[in-house]
Amino acid sequence: MAVDFAIGIGGEAGQGIATPGDILARIFARRGLHLNAYNAYQSLIRGGHTFLTIRASERPVGNMGDKLDVLVPLNQDTMDRHLKLLRDGACVIYDGDKLKPGEHAKGVQLCPMPMKQLCGANKLGANTVAVAATLQMIGIEIDPLEQVLTRQFKKKGDAVVQENVNMAKAGYDYAAANFRAFPFKAPRGAKPLGVVTGNQALALGGAAAGVKFYAAYPMSPSTGVLMWMAQHARQLGIMVRQVEDEIGVINMVIGAAHAGCRAMCATSGGGFALMTEGIGMAGMIETPMVCINVQRGGPATGIPTKTEQGDLWQILGAAPGDFPRIIVAPSSQVDAFKTLPELFNLVDKYQCPGLVLSDLLISEGTSSVDPADLNFKVKIDRGQLILPDNAPNGNGEAVSIGSGYNDDKYWRFKNTDSGISPRAVPGVLGHIFTAATDEHDEDGTLISDEFTNPTKRRMMVEKRARKMNTVLNDIPAPKLFGPENAQVTLVGWGSTESVIRESVEKLAGEEGIVANHLHIKWIVPFHTDDVTHILGKSKKIIIVENNYSGQFARYLRSETGIKAHGHIRKYDGEPFMPHHIVEAVKRQIGGKEELSVPVHEIHV
Amino acid sequence: MNPVIEIAPPKPTAAELTKDTYKGKIHPDWCPGCGDFSVLAALQAALHELGLQPHQVCVISGIGCSSNLPGFINTYGMHTLHGRSLVVGTGVKLANHNLKVICVGGDGDGYGIGGNHLMHIARRNIDLTYIVMDNQIYGLTTGQVSPTSSKGMKTKSTPHGNVENPINPIPMAIVSGATYVARGFSGKQKHLVDLFKGAINHRGFALVDVFSPCVTYNKDNTYQWFTPRVKGLEDQKHDPTNFHAAMDQGYKWGEEIPIGLFWKRTDLPALEDLEPVLEEGGPIAHRPLGIPEDQAKALIQELL
Repeated sequence: MAVDFAIGIGGEAGQGIATPGDILARIFARRGLHLNAYNAYQSLIRGGHTFLTIRASERPVGNMGDKLDVLVPLNQDTMDRHLKLLRDGACVIYDGDKLKPGEHAKGVQLCPMPMKQLCGANKLGANTVAVAATLQMIGIEIDPLEQVLTRQFKKKGDAVVQENVNMAKAGYDYAAANFRAFPFKAPRGAKPLGVVTGNQALALGGAAAGVKFYAAYPMSPSTGVLMWMAQHARQLGIMVRQVEDEIGVINMVIGAAHAGCRAMCATSGGGFALMTEGIGMAGMIETPMVCINVQRGGPATGIPTKTEQGDLWQILGAAPGDFPRIIVAPSSQVDAFKTLPELFNLVDKYQCPGLVLSDLLISEGTSSVDPADLNFKVKIDRGQLILPDNAPNGNGEAVSIGSGYNDDKYWRFKNTDSGISPRAVPGVLGHIFTAATDEHDEDGTLISDEFTNPTKRRMMVEKRARKMNTVLNDIPAPKLFGPENAQVTLVGWGSTESVIRESVEKLAGEEGIVANHLHIKWIVPFHTDDVTHILGKSKKIIIVENNYSGQFARYLRSETGIKAHGHIRKYDGEPFMPHHIVEAVKRQIGGKEELSVPVHEIHV
Repeated sequence: MNPVIEIAPPKPTAAELTKDTYKGKIHPDWCPGCGDFSVLAALQAALHELGLQPHQVCVISGIGCSSNLPGFINTYGMHTLHGRSLVVGTGVKLANHNLKVICVGGDGDGYGIGGNHLMHIARRNIDLTYIVMDNQIYGLTTGQVSPTSSKGMKTKSTPHGNVENPINPIPMAIVSGATYVARGFSGKQKHLVDLFKGAINHRGFALVDVFSPCVTYNKDNTYQWFTPRVKGLEDQKHDPTNFHAAMDQGYKWGEEIPIGLFWKRTDLPALEDLEPVLEEGGPIAHRPLGIPEDQAKALIQELL
């Protein structure tokens, strides 16, 4: 069995959960361990309850798993909420001077530490001491902690460094002398790994794709993209703007994209709602751009710090009218990075808006990453773009056509076989046109007023729609994971890939139930034929998703006519844990129910 | 894939500029007598007199009668969404700061649905010109009250008279941070040309509010109403660098209504001058894409 363990650290917001979390994540990743960190938090800055789960493993992990091995409560509230959920073999490390353990399962090791004695006057020292004790009990030397502390406190002088290192050593030694270490030892991986959040990955992916313009209005849980972009703007030559509202954001991004930039923005559901008219403009004037919707629990303000997959139909129907769009839902942090350059190539080729559905779970979740997976040498294809003669066009040559002014030879919206028309940007000699959100003719002339013409309107609708005919050839079809003739097929989309995959393994390993897994990433266009073919062979189809009404189930039915046999849904704001899915599948196979709504046992 | 071109055409050359250079393909479909004809002609004349090449100019509008203007002028154009011309224009300008960006629209577009953007674009002092064809009515929706309709005005949506106060765009733009604030009148086209030239040459955000009468739906604020009232600030020895004088003039309304340049300051940098990203390398829209290897390494190093 692969070594796989999880540590939970909880306390009030403002009590410094992030620091020990970051320290442990860095130590694990540098050791070459794979990890996933999920922070359950609340919409407040001080107080409340925040609970960070860091899971590390020899194997890649993409979710928080089912169990905690170490609980580090920094206040009594955390002790009361979480101790009772610990199972045989787990331990709780806490300030014995302050906190009282309550009811707990047999075999849970209580590890009270005399924090006053170990930390002296340093009130923040308890976190460091607890981290040191944790490392001792999972068999990691103290050296990496010393290195991290030295780096962290270097600015404050040698005395502060020494004080912290001494506290760490004292905590480490105390644990060695007084507590029972775990039967496993945290192993070393093949090579050091990095640590990345989903929002960082989205920003890095955009930068790799050549984003030169990024705008946003702060909105949880998408703000991390703005922060990364702002931090790196000058170094990478990216124009970053914080705009007065999301309506301004999307329109500014479209303006920059229309002038030739690769341009991007990110928001969450409510902000995306404000952007939708702009999305329609990008469709109508055929301007390629990318907009990321990091979903949180809705509707309205909803639960800003909690996850959901509730915006699928919002994004499917964003903006009035019928027009081509490409929608993709990455399945992990690393996948988010890889998706953006692909999407930018597609939207440049097809001259339409590209929409990304992330969610809090991916965007604010942390993952280990193999540096080799962060390939910045991506293919950049800007499609039929015409830039001024003296401008380098990314990967091709600028081409000019026509001559002089009032030139009729260049029709921006030319009705071609593919529906794709060569796209000149303002500033190119001899290509003057007006891009209008009113319906327009091939040369840009409005056909909404005196030149209204049903034949031309039909032609232009079809010209734009035709662009979608070939997109499916450019994106990979979903593949079935697991044996073809399984008892049950689990279907998911976006951020649930890892937790469903793990459930399939658990079903096979612990329950003797053979399941397979079909995961959908590209939402529009949809691989109707491939999905119909795969699911046509399924004995029982169960759809797993983080929303109330089964938004993906309805979408699958609308695109394929396939009605799933069962549904597992969660809409309490917290992500699925593998056992939620395993137990629901068992009940559904036993014929007990067709809709399962797992209860989130952890009160966060 | 590179652009697919069937016939290799001759290289375009910048033609000799004449007044007709700026004439659009389409003749305006505004009502005969609409004030917007004069605004269009004045803008074309201003571009000609400034010697601007049409491909170096982008005229960007929102929605409404006056926002049809980009279709009637031979420059690059965008006819965007209702109220959004200024933010689209900001994106275009920051992507290619070599372009002259001129936003146009009506009072409903700019002061109503787009009002929030106006305040923020003004404080940013981005180098844009904004021409508002202010007819104090919603024309394209056939005559409803607008943010600049006078108190008491009867419209289709205020059949018993408007009970709300109108916006006063001149002081609003000044206190928001605009660095060139002027007002013109469609009935005085030559005067308009001068205001437009000054606005386009001004480095920073310039607003020109133009009384552009709606001959169909506004029977109150007509040419006949404005003509005796408008008084040129130039003739009154107004000092446009004097903030308090500008605000005083901006608040005048009634038997005498000032037109001309209310406010101008040149001591503040434009947004583009404050952005290190634009310092060198030309327009960001034309720069090569991709992350060089050393930078990619540094970005990955941050994660380790």
